[in-house]
Amino acid sequence: MSTLNDPKRWVAGHVASLPKSGIRDFFELVAKMKGQDVISLGVGEPDFVTPWHIRESAIFALERGKTYYTSNLGMIELRRAIATYVEEHFSVSYRPDDQIIVTVGVSEALDLALRAFCNPGDKVMFHQPCYVSYSPSVTLVHGEAIAVPTYAKDNFALTAEALRAAWQPGAKILMLNLPCNPTGGTCDRTQLEQIAAFCREKDLLVMSDEIYSELTFEGTHTSIASLPGMAERTIFLHGFSKAFAMTGWRIGYACGPAALIDAMMKVHQYTMLCASIIAQEAALEALKHGWDSVLKMREQYHRRRDLIVRRFNEIGLTCHSPRGSFYAFPSVTSTGLTEKEFATGLLTTQKVAVVPGSAFGENGIGHVRACFATAYDQIIEACDRAERFVQSIKK
Amino acid sequence: MNPVLKLLIEGASLTTSQMAKVAGLSEAEVNQHLEQLKKDKIFLGWRPVLDLSHEAAAASAVRAVIEVKVTPERGGGFNRFAERIARFDEVESCYLMSGGYDLLVFVKGQSLQKVASFVSEKLSTIEGVQATSTHFMLRCYKEQGFLLDGGEAQSSRLNVAP
Repeated sequence: MSTLNDPKRWVAGHVASLPKSGIRDFFELVAKMKGQDVISLGVGEPDFVTPWHIRESAIFALERGKTYYTSNLGMIELRRAIATYVEEHFSVSYRPDDQIIVTVGVSEALDLALRAFCNPGDKVMFHQPCYVSYSPSVTLVHGEAIAVPTYAKDNFALTAEALRAAWQPGAKILMLNLPCNPTGGTCDRTQLEQIAAFCREKDLLVMSDEIYSELTFEGTHTSIASLPGMAERTIFLHGFSKAFAMTGWRIGYACGPAALIDAMMKVHQYTMLCASIIAQEAALEALKHGWDSVLKMREQYHRRRDLIVRRFNEIGLTCHSPRGSFYAFPSVTSTGLTEKEFATGLLTTQKVAVVPGSAFGENGIGHVRACFATAYDQIIEACDRAERFVQSIKK
Repeated sequence: MNPVLKLLIEGASLTTSQMAKVAGLSEAEVNQHLEQLKKDKIFLGWRPVLDLSHEAAAASAVRAVIEVKVTPERGGGFNRFAERIARFDEVESCYLMSGGYDLLVFVKGQSLQKVASFVSEKLSTIEGVQATSTHFMLRCYKEQGFLLDGGEAQSSRLNVAP
């Protein structure tokens, strides 16, 4: 209970009741071990630096004095480039004039969409394990979060059956993140068609966060927005962080029906105004000339994935092969430890950081997330250490 | 593509045992691939990449690029010249070029005098060599893909992030 002198009395109730991110706890634990040769597989970003030509274009923009606001929707040249890119890679057409908005990362786009579409009490579904902010984002707009479980046996693909089982009357929005952070799970076209049919049947609005789509290793990525009858009920969310190694630039975008983008724009203009012009210039360069770098990075991730998945399975940590993203999500139940005990033990005894799966929701229990966006020699060494840790438990 | 060749092209500095783990092969298999690539004259050998501006690494630190104009021979073209020049120990690399000269020769030596005498006594006296133009390298900024100032500041990346 807050007393009269406690500053906490000013914190809004729904914010005060938000749980602290499980990632945060672990971050602090790792931070305590600074200087101790820790290999971190706990990151959520590429180990590549943004390709030089992209950085150089931002420097050039500064030199030319590009330091002002842009249109609320973002620079029209960038929106045109986004329209072309999305049409080429995702087979959906959006008008640059009124169907695309440039945002401060996909995170802002997601927040805008929730604020624009979710009334207090509206029900928002998402598959889980999922990105750490999904459930809190719903809470922040006073929505009701409904987690739909995905399972290792399905390679963590979302199934229409699970969706139907979790559905409740009044559900309005479905959030998708395919390929998924933390599981790397994604859906093939047939699975997506079944999900799409369900969304049409229940009149759900889809918010599709496809930030890892370029990092799809087997088969091609299909966007749910490209399926018949879906573009008109889908907000397509994407950004530059993962594929172009641009996490720190904070630049993303949303595409969708004009009336919905307009609603998101209202929130955006009163809160963020516009994304940084420097980041927009860099993003434009990325779309114009960055594809070769994306392919090179994807090839690297692909081989690192094969390496880490093979090693985890050899060690006895059952690990499905993630079809996309740069995360492996092995099960640690064979060790008899919980995911938190495993992650803490691995960190303190062998100095390898992974993230306990429960940080991504209760369906992540029994798993850890290991990011393979790191150099080969680091992955090799981290897996050797994990092997020593697993063997030490058996003794 | 040969998985070992792929790793070599990528330029990752891996030991053969690390290559084996990355490619999912045994170390013996990696060595077999390397032997085969050597037999096929695709893989010519290993060389370290050194920052020669460091005094410790400064042996043979004088380096020059020489443009060579030659009169091509009937029958032999430029090849005989190029092969002859390339055999000198001082020559690190030798290319046939398009444009204002014919051969571009990368030379290294222990001192300016040694490189100069190589050019004046050996290179320019070869019959058919019309002219040479020697450029001494003053400072290196990037060596075979490695930035000499250490490249990117990487250390501040978060260890754990969502």
